[in-house]
Amino acid sequence: MIYCDNAATTKMSRAAIDAMLPYFDTIYANPSSLHSAGQVAHEGLSEARETVADILGADFKEIYFTSGGSEADNQAILSAAAIGERKGKKHIISSAIEHHAVLHTLDRLRDRGFNITLLDAHEDGIVRIDELEKAIRPDTALVTVMYANNEIGTIQPIREIGCICREKGVIFHTDAVQAVGHIDVDVDRDNIDMLSLSAHKFHGPKGAGVLYAKKGIPLTNLIEGGAQERGKRAGTENLPAIAGMAAALKEAAENLDKNIPKITRMRDKLIEHLLEIPHTVLNGDIKNRLPGNINVCFEGIEGESLLLLLSRAGICASSGSACTSGALDPSHVLLAIGRPHEIAHGSLRLSLSEANTMDEVEIMATEISKVVEYLRGMSPVWRDLMEGKRSYVIQ
Amino acid sequence: MLYSEKVMDHFTNPRNVGVIEDADGVGEVGNAKCGDIMKIYLKIENDVITDVKFNTFGCGSAIASSSMATEMIKGKPIAEALELTNKAVAEALDGLPAHKLHCSVLAEEAVKSAIDDYYKRKVNA
Repeated sequence: MIYCDNAATTKMSRAAIDAMLPYFDTIYANPSSLHSAGQVAHEGLSEARETVADILGADFKEIYFTSGGSEADNQAILSAAAIGERKGKKHIISSAIEHHAVLHTLDRLRDRGFNITLLDAHEDGIVRIDELEKAIRPDTALVTVMYANNEIGTIQPIREIGCICREKGVIFHTDAVQAVGHIDVDVDRDNIDMLSLSAHKFHGPKGAGVLYAKKGIPLTNLIEGGAQERGKRAGTENLPAIAGMAAALKEAAENLDKNIPKITRMRDKLIEHLLEIPHTVLNGDIKNRLPGNINVCFEGIEGESLLLLLSRAGICASSGSACTSGALDPSHVLLAIGRPHEIAHGSLRLSLSEANTMDEVEIMATEISKVVEYLRGMSPVWRDLMEGKRSYVIQ
Repeated sequence: MLYSEKVMDHFTNPRNVGVIEDADGVGEVGNAKCGDIMKIYLKIENDVITDVKFNTFGCGSAIASSSMATEMIKGKPIAEALELTNKAVAEALDGLPAHKLHCSVLAEEAVKSAIDDYYKRKVNA
């Protein structure tokens, strides 16, 4: 099997598994307990917090452990909204290509009377700084723009966005779920006030994430109860997962300089091969792009059938087709960058990790090309295109 | 698994894929915007469907539904083919997931549309 769906989730690293095991077996006490066993667990928790803080360029008091990226996104946005609301600021700026954890939270705030401006992501999948500047109003409570997109891999100008937000005194949150562990992220350098990350995207366990919130930003609780996480996130900490997350992040950060060029080379080779298939287009900017992300649309075919046939050929991939999600519309990201519905249905996302090889890249290129040709062979849309009864959208 | 073995069989080894250049009736339903188009070609002799081919743009269940529908009407009198229901197509595939039932509806509509086209051509001939 060739696993090429690392933006969905990753295989856990050995280091992460090894870091977790003692917490199931010997260090099982509650980190909130006063007895010595509890204190050992508490030390593990503190160590994990320090590790994560160091890598992000944050203070350990600014790190809040959550159940994952979605929870962190929800809490960050609802907290900033509450701060704004107290000052009569009810305007939030985001982008059209955010993850649903952000967009659906914003929908909830819209129902509460907030005004939401979604920045255009343009055809290259990148927001424009001048458009952000123009969108900021005196009543803007929050700017939330993702670090890197989960579907098309585009990396946003985060440092510049943060800089403008600092100038204007607006809280800046970024969903960095796809970025952390894959590219260098530093909350201080990037002028980030709040950040969300998720462990299972960088070879850590599922069910663990982090909300970074800069000192002085009061958080709103999503979960009430005990005083865990400085009173901001109740519930006994998922210590095994937190320890695994810290170990995975440490390993990812240490290998970043080695992995980025390796993965980028494979990505570029695969993109080159896929674009040799006629009437195929790359989604998202080629340059400002995650090292492992490939996202293309093939004209005349539908993504779910593509995925199923690739799966039979041993390739695990993903698509923004409506049929793969049970929704009626294809990916909101592909629509936002201007792909028409019928083209967005024919999308394929491949997300590489350092565990992939150049040999796998070659196999994938060959198999994908075969499957696309086969599906086009039975597609009435493709036939119409070939016979000139319909015009190509992708040249 | 999302799909039954039957669906996967008809998806991965679809029956009657292709076009009939001198078809007596052609039906196309669905639209690319929604991600499904089915086109069915019929060859009809003495009110019997002697040959049928399909082309489909769509998901696994759309391709499987087209394949199954063509198999169910091949060699059948027109009157019988007109009785084909989406329910029968879905049942023959050992069921479809709820959000994929529209694929079997499209298959029924494609068959009816092709037969309709056959009658229209006959009237105009």
